[in-house]
Amino acid sequence: MRQLQFDTTNAICGITLIALGGFFIYQCLGLELGTALRMGPGYFPLILAVILAILGVVVLVQATRVSGEPIGPIALRGMLFILPAPVFFGLTVRGLGFVPSLFFAALIAAFASSRMKPLMAVALAAAITVFSVAVFSYALGLPFERFGPWTRL
Amino acid sequence: MDLISNLALGFTTAASPANLLFCLIGVLLGTLIGVLPGIGATATIAMLLPITFQLEPVSSLIMLAGIYYGAQYGGSTTAILINMPGESSSAVTAIDGYQMARKGRAGAALSIAALGSFFAGTVSTFLVAIFAIPLTGIALKFGAAEYFSLMVVGLVSSIALAHGSIVKALAMVALGLLLGLVGTDIYTGTPRFTLGIREYSDGLNFVAVAVGVFGIAEILRNLEGEKSRSVLMAKVSGLWPTRDDFRRMVGPVLRGTAIGSALGILPGGGAILAAFASYTVEKRVAARPEEFGQGAIAGVAGPESANNAGAQTSFIPLLTLGIPANPVMALMVGAMIIQGIVPGPNVAAEQPTLFWGIIASMWIGNLMLVVLNLPLIGLWVKLLTVPYYVLFPIIMAFCSIGVYSVNSNVYDLYAVALFGLGGYLLVKLRCEPAPLLLGFVLGPLLEENLRRAMILSRGDPTTFFTRPISAVLLAIALAVLVVVFLPSVKAKREEVFQEEE
Repeated sequence: MRQLQFDTTNAICGITLIALGGFFIYQCLGLELGTALRMGPGYFPLILAVILAILGVVVLVQATRVSGEPIGPIALRGMLFILPAPVFFGLTVRGLGFVPSLFFAALIAAFASSRMKPLMAVALAAAITVFSVAVFSYALGLPFERFGPWTRL
Repeated sequence: MDLISNLALGFTTAASPANLLFCLIGVLLGTLIGVLPGIGATATIAMLLPITFQLEPVSSLIMLAGIYYGAQYGGSTTAILINMPGESSSAVTAIDGYQMARKGRAGAALSIAALGSFFAGTVSTFLVAIFAIPLTGIALKFGAAEYFSLMVVGLVSSIALAHGSIVKALAMVALGLLLGLVGTDIYTGTPRFTLGIREYSDGLNFVAVAVGVFGIAEILRNLEGEKSRSVLMAKVSGLWPTRDDFRRMVGPVLRGTAIGSALGILPGGGAILAAFASYTVEKRVAARPEEFGQGAIAGVAGPESANNAGAQTSFIPLLTLGIPANPVMALMVGAMIIQGIVPGPNVAAEQPTLFWGIIASMWIGNLMLVVLNLPLIGLWVKLLTVPYYVLFPIIMAFCSIGVYSVNSNVYDLYAVALFGLGGYLLVKLRCEPAPLLLGFVLGPLLEENLRRAMILSRGDPTTFFTRPISAVLLAIALAVLVVVFLPSVKAKREEVFQEEE
């Protein structure tokens, strides 16, 4: 028996594209398609989604022909700390207010690097906060509440 | 003379103290971020875009244009000093520029790059001014079918210039178009692909998508290896090129400008192509081609002029047709739409101050780059020594503030995280994000024009082939597609992008 050769990257890529195409096709089913003359909201997206899925199949088929390079290292620690930063900012900016929310968001992001020392991170986050408040809140006058309702007892 | 009075109008707009200030800030900020290794012009603009929203439309676009030139210039600086091009268009500069730096001629290389870019910028600004109006005249004859076909040309060209697999690039275009359609359907008011989240009914925020796919994905990629940068920090001394250097850079600069101006107009990212083309030409015409790769002045002067000229003339399709030629221009379209300006042929007629102001500011921005950055090179070099782990929390904070400030919509921040993850995934799967962004911007326009064209032709799809301009455009798109799939071109293309890595 011959071992099946796979280019892992392309195999995952193909499957991802098919899944995305499938998702959009599924979503299109709930939309009115209309006719070529009067296209409904689902007409054009359905065409695109089908094309996307077909291209995914092509990539998947190509993956079985060549063996490519491996995917390489993944920035797991980076994802763990970088991605939650804007989410945290979004969740708390109204409640905590601009100043504390930004401070913690910057602090979370700072830990994405394994080289960051805790003290350094706090100092950096504080510096970023002071600078941003001066620039965005005072100088540019963006309408952010500096301290939100959650900070008041 | 119409041209002169128009340019005069432009210069009065662009030279108002406030606009000069914004142009200056833009150029400085652009250079500042552009100098940081691994962050190219697109990511820089995506991050700084939100800062400009509070401004008047003219000022904001002038500042954005400044950021663009600054970022490009910053990219060349890192290419020369530490052999790390921030943008693929300065990858060519790194070949000979870095060699010059190693021979202790870093200062001369930087000035040659700056002066060459300035000359190219001056010439191509005039080209934009001369050709913009006649092209708008043609553009006004465009109907829905022509617009549709033109956008197809733009999308197809973006595929041709993407790295790696063409099939994947096509898939990215399709995905981008689909993402662009998220939101309320304009004809029927039906919400599409919003997953029931009301906050997305106006569509996904363009800034959030751009910051996520280009900014955050880039940060994650840089965090992967976290090796300390081995910086050969060549001492920068002797900024001014010698008389002999000047003599040797004239030819390459002139040729580079011509090549860049011509290729920049092509939709799909002419600047990169221009830099490569110029390098090849210089190597061929050089008296001593063996110097190339060893620090040839022509190898810096030519490509730098070409990519700047290309960057400049890529504004032509944007200003006249509203079609972005590359991801940076796609960001510009996004910025214009947020400012309430629909890019297209009407801009020149309806908003002459804006139109000519931007053109004039291109030249002013280039002048500022030369005047300011040559003395500031020492400062930029210092910036290169700032460790990366200090930089990215700052970038993250600014991205978050920026995205939130657009609409005060917290769902935009969640979209940033989502698209950051998605963008990183795509990079890992070796898919190019640039066609995706172009598709995202063009998605709604493409659909609208398709539907309108079909209604106008009473459901007859042959309308795209029977209208002459539309037919020619589609033929161009088809030709580009056929050419990139040709085996010989495919091999050549892979070779070119291999060199670039």
